[in-house]
Amino acid sequence: MLIDTIAVILWAGVTLYAVFGGADFGSGLWDLVAGGDRRGARPRALIDVSIAPVWEANHVWLIFCLVVLWTAFPTVFAAIMTTLYIPLGLAAIGIVFRGAGFAYRHVTRSLAGRRLYGATFAISSVITPFFLGAVAGAVASGRVPIGGDATAPISSWWAPVPVFCGVLAVVVCAWLAAVFLVHEAHRQGDAALQRYFTVRAVGAGVAAGVVAMVGIVLLRNDAPELYDGLTGIALPLVAASAVFGTTALALLWSGRPRGTRPLAAGSVAAVVWAWGLAQHPWMLPDLVTVADAAAPAATLWAVVVAVAVAAVLITPAFVLLYWLDQHSMLDSVDLEWEAAANEGLADTEATAD
Amino acid sequence: MAFTLGVHIILACFGVAFPAIVLIANWKGIRGDADALLLARRWSKVMAVLFAVGAVTGTVLSFELGLLWPGLMGRYGDVFGIPFAFEAIFFFTEAIFIAIYLYGWKRLPPKKHFLTGIPIVLAGAGGTFSIVSANGWMNHPSGFTELPDGSIVDIQPLAAIFNEGVWHQVPHMYLAAYIVAGCCVASVYAVGMLKGRRDRYHTLGFCIPFTVAAIALPLQFFVGDQAARAVYDKQPVKFAAMELVWETGPNQPEVIGGIMDPETGEISWGIQIPDVASILSGFSPDTVIEGLADVPPEDRPPANIVHLAFDVMIFAGSALLAMAAWYGFVWWRRRRLPKTRWFLRATATSGVLAVIALEAGWIVTEVGRQPWVVYGHLRTEDAVTDAGGLWWWFALAVAIYVVVITAGIVVIRTMAKRWQAADAAAAEAGLAADTIDPHAPYAPRPRGRADTGADAERGDR
Repeated sequence: MLIDTIAVILWAGVTLYAVFGGADFGSGLWDLVAGGDRRGARPRALIDVSIAPVWEANHVWLIFCLVVLWTAFPTVFAAIMTTLYIPLGLAAIGIVFRGAGFAYRHVTRSLAGRRLYGATFAISSVITPFFLGAVAGAVASGRVPIGGDATAPISSWWAPVPVFCGVLAVVVCAWLAAVFLVHEAHRQGDAALQRYFTVRAVGAGVAAGVVAMVGIVLLRNDAPELYDGLTGIALPLVAASAVFGTTALALLWSGRPRGTRPLAAGSVAAVVWAWGLAQHPWMLPDLVTVADAAAPAATLWAVVVAVAVAAVLITPAFVLLYWLDQHSMLDSVDLEWEAAANEGLADTEATAD
Repeated sequence: MAFTLGVHIILACFGVAFPAIVLIANWKGIRGDADALLLARRWSKVMAVLFAVGAVTGTVLSFELGLLWPGLMGRYGDVFGIPFAFEAIFFFTEAIFIAIYLYGWKRLPPKKHFLTGIPIVLAGAGGTFSIVSANGWMNHPSGFTELPDGSIVDIQPLAAIFNEGVWHQVPHMYLAAYIVAGCCVASVYAVGMLKGRRDRYHTLGFCIPFTVAAIALPLQFFVGDQAARAVYDKQPVKFAAMELVWETGPNQPEVIGGIMDPETGEISWGIQIPDVASILSGFSPDTVIEGLADVPPEDRPPANIVHLAFDVMIFAGSALLAMAAWYGFVWWRRRRLPKTRWFLRATATSGVLAVIALEAGWIVTEVGRQPWVVYGHLRTEDAVTDAGGLWWWFALAVAIYVVVITAGIVVIRTMAKRWQAADAAAAEAGLAADTIDPHAPYAPRPRGRADTGADAERGDR
């Protein structure tokens, strides 16, 4: 019971990171493909406005997952880290560049600087979820042995399922981000941007569906047990994800974005839980169960206490942050100003002042 | 790991202590001091950049714990990991309220906005406690029983969190954060004043952070002294390395500088002050200090590094304390800054000195623990990963951090130059910096104003 609680806590953290962190990463992808200075000025400005106040808080879910994993399942944590050090190391590098790039662009005015930091932010926003997805895929397809194995730094993750999971992660991030950005454009009252991101949301949503279908074929050969789980016990969740996703797509397509954010988030959360359910009770497939990998009860209780404290302290804080954000109380970031800066007009404007 | 941690520890100091300094300026600001309010606004922007970089370097560290130290995390993660769980909570709180504070300048009412800054300061304190508790645990492992076969049983989370290292390490690190942040910020304004910008804005920009550091410094000497005695009690080998003690016995001299021959224990160069090390350790020349000669060679830390780092820390700290005393004395007698340019020249170096003291102190505690990563339980060589190409990763990490830090300095300097230009434009337009409407930041966002150069909103970005 205690162990299950911890597993649920860990998975809740993974889900929240996938949804909120994913939307942030995806925003970086849209930043990357937004085109030249002039064409991309407004979309990039919207991205900046949308994620600036929340990206650090969203990012903490990753640290939460790592901490719960290493405290509650230390041997599995060590095994994953030892085996998959290449993709994890590259993801870590991506995280540094992404955060620094975003923060630096935010306070930079010169066009050259904004281009440089913006590109850094955008490229690393694509690289990081790819490698994190690859890590998830490598774990799910049973490529991490007990105790870890550092002798196969490439082949442990450069294989169909991990690579597929990496690609899926990137596409899913793009889907989530586009949906969130449709809402942000709506809130800013910018119909053109709303259309711009609606088209992209639909494209990314369809792409995510196609990638997922291809993935199922891959899983059948490369990770048959996961395939059995996903088409067996976890099938309702897979179906729920498909229903949420297509409903959100239909609403977006018909120009009614209301309610698409929870649906998009639900489509992603359902997949994450489907994976968890399909893999249960294995922590590392066929090698270690969740119960075997768990730390002693005293430690698990400490984690439960920490999470309870977190829930009491952080939930209201989070609600406050999102409430203030959604009620336009946090608007030091100005869409028009950002757009001008992205076109390189900030400096001339400042001197005109 | 050491390198990335060495970078992160500086950023962490800003994450912990800078918010308090910003809030002091903010508080003065909402009581009607326009200069202070402008400082608070600008500092909060710098704080945002530093916090973002600190957040990502911190994340990298949590990766590295697993990537580089699987032996540590795999074996002791269920004990050692607990303080990190609490650190995650504090970091979460800090991230959320920093976002609210940063983006709340315009629309939130002043008092409420100020209050949203308080949780940042509290979370900084809690985060320091959690992380230093984890480090204290590495120095004083407790809260578990290790069976002869190496398995860990009978874990007591509270005993692990409140280990013996906590009581002296946490206050030492917390004060260090305030000293580093205070001195670094103050030294920027000291340089500005040396360049002739001696207006009230710069004076205030110097005085607020330097006062914070000047209050923390004497406390730090007291706490540091206690810490050294705690090390004497509980980590005698580290203490012997710090003081370069070879033969166990009383009447140990305090060695200042000096290099010890690791084979014979002979000390060359260096000044030796008779009995002082013994007196400092136990208030009597008869106090016995354990020497390195009694420790098997494979269990000895590299004493010279530890000792020299210890001396560097003491000297840098003493220099800072002297500056603080000078500042405090003149303020007490005259209610103003010392007039001589030498004071500004000295304090201009205070930021660098504080960082040197910080890094040196950190070397003392980490290198002094070698060859153990968990003191007395796990050797560093057994904890480190056997993954190949470690040096490549290290080179890559150094390169990346150099790029990120350089870019960060460029970005912050560019912001500072922009602000200087905005102030110069405001002065030219006949508006002294302190005539800017103190409530401007909290007013609804002005739209389409293009009248003067004193556009506080645009000028601060």
